[in-house]
Amino acid sequence: MTALLRTDGVRKAYGGVHALDGCTVEVGEGTVAGLIGPNGSGKTTLFNVITGYAKADAGEVYLAGRRITNAAPDKVFAMGIGRTFQLTRIFARLTVLENMLVASRHGHSAHRKRAMEQLEFVGIAGHHAALAGTLSYGQRKLLELAYVLVADPEVILLDEPAGGVNLSLVNHIADRIKDLNAEGKTFLIVEHNMEFVMGLCDQVTVLDSGSVVAAGPPDIIRTDRRVLDAYLGEDLDEDDADPGQDA
Amino acid sequence: MTGPVLPETPDPARESATGTTDRPVLTIEGLVAGYGGGDVLRGVSLEVTEGGITCVVGPNGAGKSTLMAAISGLLRPRLGSIMLDGENLVGKSPRQILRLGVVQVPQNHSLFRDMTVRENIELGGYILTDRSLTARRVSAVFDLFPQIAGWAGSRAGSLSGGQQRLVEFARALMLEPRLLMLDEPSMGLAPKVLRTVFGAIRQINSGGSTILLVEQNARAGLRLSGHGVVMENGRVRLSGTGREVLDNPEIGALYLGGVPGEDRAG
Repeated sequence: MTALLRTDGVRKAYGGVHALDGCTVEVGEGTVAGLIGPNGSGKTTLFNVITGYAKADAGEVYLAGRRITNAAPDKVFAMGIGRTFQLTRIFARLTVLENMLVASRHGHSAHRKRAMEQLEFVGIAGHHAALAGTLSYGQRKLLELAYVLVADPEVILLDEPAGGVNLSLVNHIADRIKDLNAEGKTFLIVEHNMEFVMGLCDQVTVLDSGSVVAAGPPDIIRTDRRVLDAYLGEDLDEDDADPGQDA
Repeated sequence: MTGPVLPETPDPARESATGTTDRPVLTIEGLVAGYGGGDVLRGVSLEVTEGGITCVVGPNGAGKSTLMAAISGLLRPRLGSIMLDGENLVGKSPRQILRLGVVQVPQNHSLFRDMTVRENIELGGYILTDRSLTARRVSAVFDLFPQIAGWAGSRAGSLSGGQQRLVEFARALMLEPRLLMLDEPSMGLAPKVLRTVFGAIRQINSGGSTILLVEQNARAGLRLSGHGVVMENGRVRLSGTGREVLDNPEIGALYLGGVPGEDRAG
């Protein structure tokens, strides 16, 4: 397996807090990779560093062996990395189709046709004339996925695609990811829904406090003691507690 | 006064987590609630025992914060009941529920940063109409947390994250709550500070307060609590003493997937 996307020792601090502390993650070409970890472990920060929304303090990001560290978001997108956001970013007062045309930056018929095909693929073509703001939360996630597909990216980063989405739509989203993967698209997915991640991903990387604590196939990860430790948190020795002294 | 009336001196039977009465302060049965995109809570039943700490843990999306929102009246449940000392809270406004003595400390920092620590704490008693009572409560809170008295004149925004948490606790105690709800108090705090914050929770409980704690640090939260509940996918999956829950081998599957279930994605 060749790594299509790789981060190497990425560090990123906000104030005194190390959001990423030497983070090395590899995503094999043509795979669906998962990125999990407790709240605040650095998953979205890693997405932000990869896609140019945050600058790495140290470390590198490579796409197909080419160094892309700290490239601007539009450059990263043009180089073939598309991403969605945890809280969807759509133009609520444009129609669904208009949102798609903004992504393609053109309005002529070939682009319209392509945009409609992508809306059909994700399953919301019936809503193309509706204002995007009227879509349900899950449908917005699908619009964002369609929007990202406009640029035909090699790698697609999805930030919580199943979060807050009802079960039938979760399964629908999982099926679309499988379809795209079968066509050769590579995925890196941040998701808290473990059944979704474990059912879909070939490889799962686990972050805790900005570092990788484990990486491997889902069956190995879900029985790894270090992973459970990361999720259950540190066992504090309460007997030392002395309220106020260090607060 | 308009706030809940509680004895000035805690009943010895309620003095600590180990000295709880068996009487439930809060009894939740068959609670179903959500936000329009489907139900998040799918039939939750649990009890919070008087004078104890009950800790609710569970993976992201389990419904912990939704449970708190339903108890506080911020979210109206579709089905089920939430009884506080025998009175159903379902259908009551957040203000009415506050007056009945349910006080919540939210997950995100919520102090008024440009006001002093004292002003912030006094605001915790904003529904009290008797000013001398407010003053007595402020001194009682300073007695419980003498270190906070030392910061009284400081701008709240100048305090560290852990210090702000303690002030938020102090503010919540101004109403001498019948039920104190803490939503992920460890959020965003360094391990050393966490110890202090958990120590403060234990101290509040020793003062007689009944606490419902929602916590992402399951180990620390359950260790502190007489009663523990693990939620997953909108339901209570495990419950028992904090230690029993933590030692239950099923807890791993609840966090990392692999639980047999009828209606999951994957």
